Amino acid sequence: MSSRFRASCIIFGLTALALGACDREEHHSRAKPIGETVPAGASPATIFPGGSSPAPLDPRAKLYDDNANAIAQGQQLFSMMNCVGCHSHGGGGMGPALMDDEWRYGGRIDQIAASIAEGRPNGMPSWRGKLTSDQIWNLAAYVRSLSGLPSKDAVSSRSESMSAGTPQSLTPHGEIENSDAAKQ
Amino acid sequence: MTEREPIEEENRRLAQRRRKIARDGKDLTGAKLAGRLERTWRRPPGIVGWLATVDHKEIGRRYIVTALLFLALGGVLALLMRLQLARPDNNMIGAERYNQLFTMHGSTMMFLFAVPVMEGVAVYIIPLMLGTRSTAFPRLNAFSYFMYLFGGLLLWVAFVLNIAPDVGWFAYTPLSGPQFSPGKRADVWAQMITFTEVSALAAAVVLVCTILKCRAPGMTLSRMPLFAWAMLVVAVMIIFSMPAVALASSMLISDRLIGTNFFNAAEHGDALLWQHMFWFFGHPEVYIIFLPATGFVSVMVETFCRRPVFAHAVVVLALISTGILAFGLWVHHMFATGLPRVGYSFYTAASMSVSIPTGLQIFCWLATMWDGRPRFPVPMLYVVGFIVTFVIGGLTGVIVAAVPLDLQLHDTFFVVAHFHYVLIGGAVFPLLGILTYWYPKITGRMMSEALGKVGFWLTFVGFHLTFFPMHWSGLLGMPRRVYTYPAGLGLELPNLISTIGAFVLAAGVVLFVVNGLVSLYRGAIAGPNPWGAASFEWATSSPPPVYNFEHIPVAESVTPLWDTVDDLPVVTGLRVDDKEMLLTTVVAAAPDLREPIPEPSLWPLISACAVGVVFVSSIFSPWALAVGIVPCGIALTAWFWPKELKRHPEPVID
Amino acid sequence: MRVRAPAFAAVLPLVLGACTYQHYQSDFGRGAVEDDQFLTLFTIFLAVCGVMYLLVIAFLFAGIWRRGRTADANVVETGRHHQSHPLMRGTLIGWSILIGVGLAGLAIASFFTDRSMAKAAAHEKLSITLTANQWWWDAQYNSDDPSKIFRTANELHLPVGVPTRIILRSNDVIHSFWVPSLAGKQDLIPGRESDITVVPKRTGIYRGQCAEFCGTQHAHMALVVNVDSYPDFVKWWDHQLRPAAAPTNAMTLAGYKYLTTGPCSACHSIGGTPASGQVAPDLTHLASRRSIAAGTLPMSEGNLYGWVEDPQSVKPGNRMPTIGLAPDQLHAVVAYLETLK
Repeated sequence: MSSRFRASCIIFGLTALALGACDREEHHSRAKPIGETVPAGASPATIFPGGSSPAPLDPRAKLYDDNANAIAQGQQLFSMMNCVGCHSHGGGGMGPALMDDEWRYGGRIDQIAASIAEGRPNGMPSWRGKLTSDQIWNLAAYVRSLSGLPSKDAVSSRSESMSAGTPQSLTPHGEIENSDAAKQ
Repeated sequence: MTEREPIEEENRRLAQRRRKIARDGKDLTGAKLAGRLERTWRRPPGIVGWLATVDHKEIGRRYIVTALLFLALGGVLALLMRLQLARPDNNMIGAERYNQLFTMHGSTMMFLFAVPVMEGVAVYIIPLMLGTRSTAFPRLNAFSYFMYLFGGLLLWVAFVLNIAPDVGWFAYTPLSGPQFSPGKRADVWAQMITFTEVSALAAAVVLVCTILKCRAPGMTLSRMPLFAWAMLVVAVMIIFSMPAVALASSMLISDRLIGTNFFNAAEHGDALLWQHMFWFFGHPEVYIIFLPATGFVSVMVETFCRRPVFAHAVVVLALISTGILAFGLWVHHMFATGLPRVGYSFYTAASMSVSIPTGLQIFCWLATMWDGRPRFPVPMLYVVGFIVTFVIGGLTGVIVAAVPLDLQLHDTFFVVAHFHYVLIGGAVFPLLGILTYWYPKITGRMMSEALGKVGFWLTFVGFHLTFFPMHWSGLLGMPRRVYTYPAGLGLELPNLISTIGAFVLAAGVVLFVVNGLVSLYRGAIAGPNPWGAASFEWATSSPPPVYNFEHIPVAESVTPLWDTVDDLPVVTGLRVDDKEMLLTTVVAAAPDLREPIPEPSLWPLISACAVGVVFVSSIFSPWALAVGIVPCGIALTAWFWPKELKRHPEPVID
Repeated sequence: MRVRAPAFAAVLPLVLGACTYQHYQSDFGRGAVEDDQFLTLFTIFLAVCGVMYLLVIAFLFAGIWRRGRTADANVVETGRHHQSHPLMRGTLIGWSILIGVGLAGLAIASFFTDRSMAKAAAHEKLSITLTANQWWWDAQYNSDDPSKIFRTANELHLPVGVPTRIILRSNDVIHSFWVPSLAGKQDLIPGRESDITVVPKRTGIYRGQCAEFCGTQHAHMALVVNVDSYPDFVKWWDHQLRPAAAPTNAMTLAGYKYLTTGPCSACHSIGGTPASGQVAPDLTHLASRRSIAAGTLPMSEGNLYGWVEDPQSVKPGNRMPTIGLAPDQLHAVVAYLETLK
């Protein structure tokens, strides 16, 4: 075996190992129990009187953000839990639109998960105690995909229902504009 | 000066130049000719020459070796599956991994082994059998191999990286659609299809043109060997059926990538559309795998029974009618979907009628054996194994062609048994036999007869042990694609026997491969015609020289080597210092044109890489198609750039 | 001799298992007229195909056996390889006629069986709407009287001798309804509605399984069908219409409270209680069913504990999340579920 051949074998092997931990395709079927929700004390708030900075990103974020299985599960839960009843398929109705760049309570995945778990003023019910935290985080991952925030190869392009707008794989990459919740 | 003078002047100059061109013939023959042809036809040495070769023998060998590698990989997956199913409620392999295993097994065997190995054998042997120096379009041939290799690598690298598809080898929508198959697994599968379809189409075009236009003079269609007929029918079938699955897989990628609604019932798409398109390809696909094997059997039966196959014309008509009928059967894969019952009756009748031509072929082979004097070296053992096994598979096929029976047996292990009987019995056994038969021609040595016999019996017994009990477990209610089954249904014993049999079968195949490797060094040296066979590939040395034949032979009967008393008649006059081959007319095979053959070139490889990059990156973004078209265009332009003719044009035979 | 006994002892249970199991998920279950028709047709096919196969094998072995003869063979060595035995052509024609007649006969038999199956399934008196989900079956028993409609899951009861039309729908991917002892299979395709009519003729318990690959837990999507006598069936129907049993002690009351206010009610429904989720199996009469999780586990208290505590270990990838109940919550929930007969 020539040394060049050996070298390319090693490089290939290392690349394979590195890429093998492909986060997009990881499937966590053993979920964390519901008891563990938002870590106490690290509230992912968006309003910072006195000018402090947002809490660090929850360590669970990387398990769910950009994870294709989480987004797919979230897509199913979105219709099963009738989120479409208020939010439509992202366009909003009684509830605010989820496909735009305005995130009243924060557009980071842990902030969205907190919104779902705690409920929010003006009608967003609290789902803590009704959904497990794994389900809530899956929903949060899916909600982020409605405004094009995760990477495109993790989202599913459409659901198997009536088409409700731009396929998520073609949604332009969104920004997060934290809006002041008092601004209506 | 009148108008005629410049033309006469031109003719005089051409005639002078012509006298200076070296051609094979009475003056230039034997070792001197061989040396000069060798110099003209050999490719540059080293890795660049290896990548750039357009020699059909080298490409054919690559196809066969790569396909056998995929056979081994697919076989290992099967052994893992059988280990999981050996006991009820087993938890050796989990559900997700098992679903990947059977998807990979089916896709590897069908797309990466079965069709390519037939193409590979054909690409190697057809020009030799037809008495010509090369295939038509040799660079397209090289391109098709690289596309196949890249498709196989795509699927298996994905498996190693844990993004293997897990939707079954036929990937029904909406399970394979964007909502129920998250991630890129199903896209990897769909693009592997695109690679292998492009490869198969290219190889099919090469084969059709070679068989129709490149035969030896005198080899009229009625004198053409049966294997060439089989490959002609198969190549035409590939051209008509592969586009359906390539289109379907592209539609699936489009649904998954950019949100089209081809298979979305809520937006007036249809989940059944996938099934129709897939099976329109899928049914001819199994005949594409089976018909070359019938060609193999015809070859071996003819040689070892010492007579041409009985009723040659009937066999040819049977091949053609099987090829045509195969396109009218696909709905028999969809009997459970709820389409109108009256329509189903048509497909029952059609599915049953397709067994008539095959039954006639079997009669012809058996009659040849009865009327001739058969000997039974290892290839003929595989032929006997084929008859015993394939006919069972064909008859269980008749059973599942009936709608009331299929509604119970569809998607159970009964069908698994059926298709393994027809695929392994009907295609793999003849393949192993023909590899043993043509091994001396390819390598110049004989395979070990003793190892071959042991390998055959292990394979045969192992096969029946594995798959016969599956008829029973299907009737007992075991569905397909289940990673485990409950105890108490009577499925334990059949599954255990199948698992044991699978290891015996694996041992037989391993022994075949070991035989092939060991005989490369220790096999008896083979002469040009160790079996005493009748067709042209045996008229040249073993292995053949790179230019195949010193002089192009002339066919005067369907078994030329048996019917010539003295030396084989040949035609002479092809150029020696440029690569050239003789084209003949389609039906009567009269000499027609001289065709220059291209030099070895890296452009097929580079084009395959460019196309491969487009296909793989289009899994991730639709922009890949728009951007990737540029390097593809450059590579193809460079490939087809007209070359300055070094030689003087004189296409017409005088 | 000494080696044989333990080997025999190891194999015997397998063989006995193979011969003495109940045919309740097999084509030999004979639970319905259609299954009898299937077996009859299958036997005809097997006989005709068997005869054809024996002819082929006889011809093959005749050829092999004859290989010894040298003088009268039409081979290269005798120079007669382009001639054939005079009988060959006639035999070829006879063979093709035989195949044609045989296949035509089989096709006609198949056609007639198809028609008689359709006729036997006419005049359906009962209608069930079966909706397949990943990986469970949702069944609604229909009636002209709306107060007699009810919903159940994963287990059906059918009256013997009564043609029952099962309307087949799917909520997600393609599944297939297959109870081998009762009827052939029919796919449930999203976006299409099809139906199958079943006429059971023998009381008993039959098992079916989803027969079209539908994802991760396709292997654990079974269906239990109880065929009852007509009076028993009517009794069962009336029982299904009743709401869930009320909690009778502190433990079951705690379980009731958790089930109706906790995460379970987000997906499950329990008749007569506030729990009315529609996206998971109905639990109103859970404890009277024979299996849990669509045939994955047999119904028992221990299995209920295991399932409720950690469904993802039992059926990895299925839609029911692992909630992580505290021990006293688990006891309460299972105690209440056990009362839902």
